[in-house]
This record gives sequence, C-alpha cells and structure tokens, in this order.
Amino acid sequence: MKGNKKTFETAVHGVFLILGLVTVCCVLLITVYLIISGIPAMHEIGLIEFLFGTTWASTAAEPSYGILPFILTSVYGTAGAIVIGVPIGFMTAVYLAKVAPPKVKTLMESAVSLLAGIPSVVYGLVGMLVLVPGIRKMFHVPDGASLLAAIIVLAIMILPSIIKVSVTALEAVPKEYEDASLALGATPVETYFKVSVPAAKSGIAAAVVLGVGRAIGEAMAVMMVSGNAANMPSLFQSVRFLTTAVASEMSYSGGLQREALFSIALVLFLFIMLINATLHFFLKRNKEG
Amino acid sequence: MKKIISLLIIGVMAVAMLAGCGVKNSGGTVSTDGSTSMEKVIGALGESYMAENKNVIFTYNPTGSGSGIKAVLEGRCDIGLSSRSLKDEEKANGLKETVLAYDGIAIIVNPANPVSDLSLEQIASIYTGDITNWKDIGGNDAKIVLIGREAGSGTRDGFESITGTEDACKYRQELTSTGDVITTVSQNPDAIGYASLASVKDSVKALSVGGVNPSESTVKDGSYVIQRPFVLVTKEGTALSETAQKFFDYITSADAAGIISAAGAVAAN
Repeated sequence: MKGNKKTFETAVHGVFLILGLVTVCCVLLITVYLIISGIPAMHEIGLIEFLFGTTWASTAAEPSYGILPFILTSVYGTAGAIVIGVPIGFMTAVYLAKVAPPKVKTLMESAVSLLAGIPSVVYGLVGMLVLVPGIRKMFHVPDGASLLAAIIVLAIMILPSIIKVSVTALEAVPKEYEDASLALGATPVETYFKVSVPAAKSGIAAAVVLGVGRAIGEAMAVMMVSGNAANMPSLFQSVRFLTTAVASEMSYSGGLQREALFSIALVLFLFIMLINATLHFFLKRNKEG
Repeated sequence: MKKIISLLIIGVMAVAMLAGCGVKNSGGTVSTDGSTSMEKVIGALGESYMAENKNVIFTYNPTGSGSGIKAVLEGRCDIGLSSRSLKDEEKANGLKETVLAYDGIAIIVNPANPVSDLSLEQIASIYTGDITNWKDIGGNDAKIVLIGREAGSGTRDGFESITGTEDACKYRQELTSTGDVITTVSQNPDAIGYASLASVKDSVKALSVGGVNPSESTVKDGSYVIQRPFVLVTKEGTALSETAQKFFDYITSADAAGIISAAGAVAAN
C-alpha cells in the first residue's frame, strides 16, 4: 500500500516536471532558432553596418540593410508611450488603491479590465479611422499617420498593465505604515505620496517594465497608424518599428532580405530579454524589500 | 442548476464543433493566394464556380503579389495570383505564368480634390518628390501626401516600371493592400495614391492620365498606359490537383470572360 502511494507520487511529480520542461523547451527552441537564423545576415552585412546603418532599402537594385531607423523608432516610440502612459497609469492606480469609494472602484476596475482585453487590431482600426485624421486636423500636418499616432495608441495599450500591477503593489503596502504616518499628522495625500508610493516602488517599477515589454513588442496596432516608411524617427513623420519591419516584408522576402529580417527579429528578441531581466531584477527586490 | 446548464452548454458546443466535419471535401478544394488587386475578379470567378459545382471549396488569401508567388513556389497554395508579370528569376525557379486579364492602375485622389487630369511625367515628378505642392499642378495650396504599397506589391511594381520611378519614390505611407490605399486616400483631402482600377469605388476619384479616362475600353485598346496583367502563377512541371485544374481551365476559358469584365478588368481570352 505504502509503496503504491509512493510510486504514484513520484509518477505525478514526473508528469509535472515534463510539462514544465515543455515550456522551457519552447523558449530554448525559439532562442536557438533565432540565433541560428539571425547570425548569417549580420555576418554578411557586417555588424556595424547593420546595427548603425541609416538606410533600409531591402528591395532596391543596390540593397542596403541598416536598421538604425527601426531601433531608434522602437526606442522613441516606447519611451513616448511610457512618458504618457506612466503618469496617467500611476495616478489612476493611486486613486483606485487609496482614494476611490468602493462603487467607483469596482466600476473603474472593470473598465480597466475591459481595456486590457481589447485586441490590438481593434486599437489599430480605431486609431486609423479616428486618431490619424484627428492628428491631421489638430496639428495641421499633411498626414496624420506618424510616430505621434503610434505613441498615443501604445500609451493607451499599456495603461491597463501599469494600472493593474501598480494597484496590487500599492494595496500590498502594510496598513501600519499609513496609520503611523497619519498619526504623526500627515495629510492623506502626503501619506500616499511620501509613504505608500516609496514602499510600493519595486512593484510600480515592475509595472512600468511590463508596460515597456508590451509596447516594444506591439506590431499590429502600430502598423495601421504609423505609415511604415523607413525614415529616421521624428514626431510627425511616417516611421517603421522593428516589429512592423519584420511583419510587412516577411511574406514575400527571399535570400539576404529574409535573413536580414531574421536578424531584426533577433535584435528585437535581445531587447525583450533585456527587459525581462530587468523585470526579474525588480521583482526579486520587491520580494526582499 | 448551474452545473447542469454549464454541462449542457459544453455539450452543445462540442456537437457544434463536429458540424464542420461532414461538409468536407466531397468535391475537393482549390486554394488561391496573392494579389489584393485581384480580389474582386477572383472572388467573382470563385463564387460562380462554386455555384455551378456545389461540392468544391474555393479559398482566396489576400497577401499581396510577392507573397502569392512565394506561396505557390513553396507549395502552400494551388494557384498563385500576381498583378504583375513574373521576373526572370521567378521563372528560372520553375514558375509558369498565364495571363488572366488586364487591369488598369488608377491614380486616385480624394473626391474633394479639384485636380482631375495629370500627365505621366507629372505623376512621375510627384512621386519622386520634384513636385510637392498641389498648387503647382492646378490644385489647392497644400502639400501632396504620397500613398503607396509595400515593396512586394504587384501594383507598385507595375506603377513604378511604367512611370519610370523604381527605387525613387518617396512614399509617406506604405500600405499592404489595395483596400488600405483606397481608404487612406478617401480620408485625406491632399493624398494621392494608386490602386487597381477594378477595385476603385465612389469613395475616391480616379484621375485621367494624359487626357485618357481609365476604363475597360481604354485599357483594352492600350490608350490608358498605366496597366498591368493579372497573372495566374503555377509550378512548371507539377500537375495541379484535379479540382484546381478544372478551376484553372474554367477561369481561362471564354465563358469566364463575362464575369471578368463585370468585375472591372479586361479578359485576356
């Protein structure tokens, strides 16, 4: 009897291990495949020429494969989305966690969850039909499809992740800290910003990094509003991100162009791994602190 | 109560999933992939074929000419659709082209734009960035917004080769389908773009080129110069499946010419 139970336990543990390894295997497979497919083009084009070249003309008679415009566009686009999204998300989180009356809180939280669930194509569609003409009329530019449109769409897309994780972090601050602060005579607002927020800062940093991860990996929504011309980024210019560069050319590419696209994917993958490592670092500090 | 209801719903959904099974393949499938310009034409042909042959399933995947040519090369579809002729490398790879129809590439502007005629040289200068303001060609005082297609597009290839602007076009936006170009031009009063004549609707205005209005007859007699062939791409030496071959013979026959004309292109047969 006892032996049977023990073998059963070991068997189930084995099944768990195998299932867990499935995920690890997938990640390993993707990493290895990307590295193997991405390195040849970098080698042939030259690493400096590839990463720092400013012209991308993959189908021209004399092709050039410089991806600096894409790297800078992705960086600026994500930075812009963070600059707009984090203050709004952060303030909303403070409001939801500390100030909001319960009914308002439930209503707002459902709205945020709904926003989180909207697929990126819908964001892109609404952006294309409403935001792009809006930018054109408001700023008197010839065409609204630009970096600005992409930044606004990305900011709205990362709001839900920032809000949700920040709310969790703020609610996890021990009540004793806030009670002590209030007892010492601080006003509620002073307490929130000088006690609760610093106590939750690791969680809030994790929220921001999560938002960055989503913004840098977004392809569909951004493809419909940003214009897709391979220019160096500027706010009202038509731009192309790392993600859209791969998405728009992959289906018909061949030869060196296709390998170059894999190299772009590798660069993107490295960015995202960097962001994940940062997230991991912040989460670990959150657990200890 | 809740348990019973949820079990019932699961049961109904599971059965519904099986509903798709019976319909399968008593007549075979024919899959086409490629040019978005050919959507109306191939859609009309597919529909009429399916109406006459009840058991055949016809599918069309709008991915762009370049992508369609790749798809047939890799065996992912039966017939590739391209809105340009095959290049020499593509023919060397073992692909064969059959011209289905001829289609004009309409130069489209917003209906609110006062300009209605441009010469081929003016169009080329606009797209290479030599002319940047509508007022230089008789329109309003506004910057011209250039809308074009992605690099693998058959329409772009046709347009650039006829206007002589290969690798020199300065696009503001590079969109991935004919429909996108039409939508974008219809929303921006200063935009100019190019799209398949067969797909142009009332939401945009098609310019006349050098005084010639784009229409089926001017494409047919060649007076409307910006035109290109709609081409069916197949693999040399590999036979199509029976269903696909029948469909192929149907659409290249004289009976299908009426449907092709109704869809806005000029039948080759």
